[in-house]
Amino acid sequence: MTAPLRRTALAEAHLALGAALCPFAGWEMPLRYGSDLAEHRAVRTAAGLFDVGHMGQSEISGPDAARALERLVVSRVASLAPGRARYTMLCDADGGVVDDLIVTRRDAETFWLVANAANAAAVSDRLARATAGLDAEHRPLASRALLALQGPRTVDVLLALDPMGAAPVADLRPFGVVAASLAGTPVLASRTGYTGEDGVELACADADAPALWDALLAAGGPLGLLPCGLAARDSLRLEAGLPLHGHELGPDLGPFETGFGRIVQLEDRDELVARDALARRRADGPSRRVVGLVAEGRRGPRRGAALRTPTGAPAGEVTSGAPSPTLGVPIALAAVPASVATAGTALVADVRGAAVPVRIVDLPFVRRG
Amino acid sequence: MDLPDDRRYTAEHEWIDAGDPATVGITAHAADQLGDVVFVALPEVGRTLTAGEAFGEIESTKSVSDLYAPAAGEVVAVNTALEADPGAVNADPYGTGWLVRIRVTEPGPTMDAAGYRALLG
Repeated sequence: MTAPLRRTALAEAHLALGAALCPFAGWEMPLRYGSDLAEHRAVRTAAGLFDVGHMGQSEISGPDAARALERLVVSRVASLAPGRARYTMLCDADGGVVDDLIVTRRDAETFWLVANAANAAAVSDRLARATAGLDAEHRPLASRALLALQGPRTVDVLLALDPMGAAPVADLRPFGVVAASLAGTPVLASRTGYTGEDGVELACADADAPALWDALLAAGGPLGLLPCGLAARDSLRLEAGLPLHGHELGPDLGPFETGFGRIVQLEDRDELVARDALARRRADGPSRRVVGLVAEGRRGPRRGAALRTPTGAPAGEVTSGAPSPTLGVPIALAAVPASVATAGTALVADVRGAAVPVRIVDLPFVRRG
Repeated sequence: MDLPDDRRYTAEHEWIDAGDPATVGITAHAADQLGDVVFVALPEVGRTLTAGEAFGEIESTKSVSDLYAPAAGEVVAVNTALEADPGAVNADPYGTGWLVRIRVTEPGPTMDAAGYRALLG
């Protein structure tokens, strides 16, 4: 018997809005409220509001918190200042990526972590082992909601909701984090997101989430704010060229394959479990790279589609693919041999038996603004 | 849910009307499940179909689904307007979002609106 799906604090709100729901990583989440394309466009031109309460929020605290984290994540975090967040990856000893996540330093001894829903248990498992023997404790943050407000009008929406309360949030630099009060609701706000647009992610208590959700939609509606589901979330991140763990990141595809070598800091990292494996991967250079593809014609390849060179040699496979609402053409991310991973290279994708020409392009497909 | 009574339905969430030739489309339920349709691959006019045969594909932002012939017959028309406006399938699945017209030689297994409503539960 399969376990019932978990629901976030906003489940009733989604039902009230008529959302089409879908199972995702053990959660029942809104796939769309109306039109995927309208939701996607709202984020590119105005703003969108996402329930991301399924993501794995946790906290690691204690005098050895940074040391415990640095056993696992590829980036240094000891030097992260309070109120600053960092995108990083958590790797096993073989260098495989267990998850990509955002790490925020709250204070001298506390970090806030946000991991993918699908990997929350794996991340917890690794952190439990990393804290063993150290003066640090890792605990999931139960009963904590997370809302993502994304789009060029993010600040306008926040100021429409609460000009005084939103001021410190509006002032955040990218990857800055601040505790604030929005319309009387205590939130932890970060200038982060997964859409390629300006945006904030707002953590609050589960009990406060429905009122905050409704208040944001009411304040932002006149500005073009729409509630947005997982379909739009995926098409937006794809246009932004952002990797999704399980597609572009995993045991064999990591920071060096996905252009994130800069987040890997290996000097003086004696306790990093993946240090030797990552040093080898860095020294050898990746044999495959994740690239962006644009398809000619109306139909593009989806995840799993095989790629070949025009002369028929195998050339990897597509890791994510969908029509780009902004560009009006099919786009994809693909893991291809490093030897062909140059912008402009022509390849051929097998799209359900048909040979579709595709071309490698630089990422992102769509830049903000 | 509003289901036109003047046509019949298949287990694959398609409809076929009683015209001659008969018009074929997908139901609002199917269109809702798919999400925004971005492309419809339709057969050539003149192609002969057997009942249940896959005759095309309908692609949305998230997925691709096959289309199945609700009857045997010859394709006499396809909705070329969907080339420029695939969203008509979402906006008006029982009207301007029609897919093909078939000169039916043999009907396939179908159910009436009540039967389809029951299928949906």
